[in-house]
Amino acid sequence: MHNITYSPLSEQAIIVEFGDQWSVEIYEQILQLSKKLTLTPFPGFIEAVPAYTTLTIYYDLRISEPRSFSHLCRVIDSYFQQTDQHIKEPRTIAIPVCYDRTLGPDLDEVAQTNNLTIEKVIQLHTEPTYNVCFLGFSPGFPFLSGMNTSIATPRKSTPRKQVAAGSVGIAGVQTGVYPSPSPAGWQIIGRTPVSLLKLTEDPPTLLHPGDRVQFYSITKQQFDAWEEK
Amino acid sequence: MGIRFTKEGFLTTIQDDGRYGYQSLGFSTNGVMDQLAMKHANLLVNNNNVKEAVLEMSIIGPSMTFEADMVIALTGADMSPKVNHKPVPLNKPLVIQAGDRLDLHAAKNGVYTYLAISGGFDIADTLNSKSTALHVGIGGFKGRAIQTGDYLPIRTSLKRTPVHWGLSSDVTSYIYDEKKVIHYIEGRQYDWFTDEAKAAIDEELFQLTPQSNRMGFRLTGPMLEHKETKQLLTEATTFGTIQVPPSGEAIILMADRQPTGGYPKIGQVIQDDLPKLSQIRPGQTFHFVRCTLEEAQQKMLEKERQLNRLQAAIQLKWKEWGHAHN
Repeated sequence: MHNITYSPLSEQAIIVEFGDQWSVEIYEQILQLSKKLTLTPFPGFIEAVPAYTTLTIYYDLRISEPRSFSHLCRVIDSYFQQTDQHIKEPRTIAIPVCYDRTLGPDLDEVAQTNNLTIEKVIQLHTEPTYNVCFLGFSPGFPFLSGMNTSIATPRKSTPRKQVAAGSVGIAGVQTGVYPSPSPAGWQIIGRTPVSLLKLTEDPPTLLHPGDRVQFYSITKQQFDAWEEK
Repeated sequence: MGIRFTKEGFLTTIQDDGRYGYQSLGFSTNGVMDQLAMKHANLLVNNNNVKEAVLEMSIIGPSMTFEADMVIALTGADMSPKVNHKPVPLNKPLVIQAGDRLDLHAAKNGVYTYLAISGGFDIADTLNSKSTALHVGIGGFKGRAIQTGDYLPIRTSLKRTPVHWGLSSDVTSYIYDEKKVIHYIEGRQYDWFTDEAKAAIDEELFQLTPQSNRMGFRLTGPMLEHKETKQLLTEATTFGTIQVPPSGEAIILMADRQPTGGYPKIGQVIQDDLPKLSQIRPGQTFHFVRCTLEEAQQKMLEKERQLNRLQAAIQLKWKEWGHAHN
């Protein structure tokens, strides 16, 4: 709790920073504060938006009392005094991925960059259980931590104009999944037939901050069969 | 009961004040570009909720016919509105009869015009909001922009005789003033920028480029150089965030922005100046002026008090108007 800093994002938003580098401890602190705010919101609280090392708290200035920045920082500070909320065992969501060159056009580049075989890349990408740090870039896009750095690959020098929904990518030490068709600078290594967006439901996304993700490899035949369902 | 569009216009969408509660799942807030014009429009038609969904029309307005009696109001940019081919004023309640047609044209000043209807549009909420999320295809009217031939239902019809009162020009002048000054507070990475950049943002002129839309405004002007070379870890951004990519050319994030971003923030446009900023046209120039968070908050609360006084006054007018019908 010692390295926490507060800065205004706007008249009605405060960025709470927990440190300058992502870590599991910081990740858990962010989830804790977010949970406490949601369960017992202060008057005027609107929403909390997590990112790697920050939680941004939006509030309605006209409702929140007291109104000054320093008072609001103290209000937020008081949540750290509360006993931690029990966070239930995170959900682990298994996501099938077809690591086929036709769906993962950058598999070769990722393998070559790291002096690995494609089989080894797939093995290293499906091995870990990833943390869903936050969602951003586009609705339902998960920023996942925990990737093996031996498959880290810089972004494409020229971003693609469009990749298909479900495309699984690598950018530096990050990995993620594009939930909808999108321009993409990430290295695309495969595609999932599972939809990460559930726009007719509430909540409207498959993944939420705090979830865990495990990728598993499926064949092109399984992928095609999946799409036909 | 509703409105039939005979011409769709450049970009016509349903928006309210935005979609909140879903930014942590990666959803943009969307919502109107000019919140003040939206509130003015709702006040004029006596909607208790000043954030009731309105029609946002940009650059070139649509044409429509009304299939019920209703009271509407037009605010924001001047698109030379005509009802049955006769010019009608902005910023006043307009009495519409079933069969009337409204034609809007190219915006003469400003960019965004708003149309509110007494009683509101008959449209369901999607994830707590009626705002159209164009990139996701949800909310508003079928998750998309209005197209020629669309029929937009309204909740209630209303028959009234014309009145002659409206908003005074001083509350709408922010759109028309030639000299544009946009206030900002220092961003979280303000000190990542060189002294030259800090001086330039306060002293030099910025121009809005044509690569500007509901997502973001791209500016040309002085290069704002970073003194720090470290990478920013992606964090939240909001309406009015002035972020600077390595190219040094500033981008201001607008209503359809992503909820997070990875470029250093040199500043944040104050909420009170977002309506004025939204109505700046590509090619127009403006100055930034730095202020404190406290000043920004006071301005915002003062604007809120003004709106409350305006609402009380207009509600009284509507009461008199109602008596005249009894």
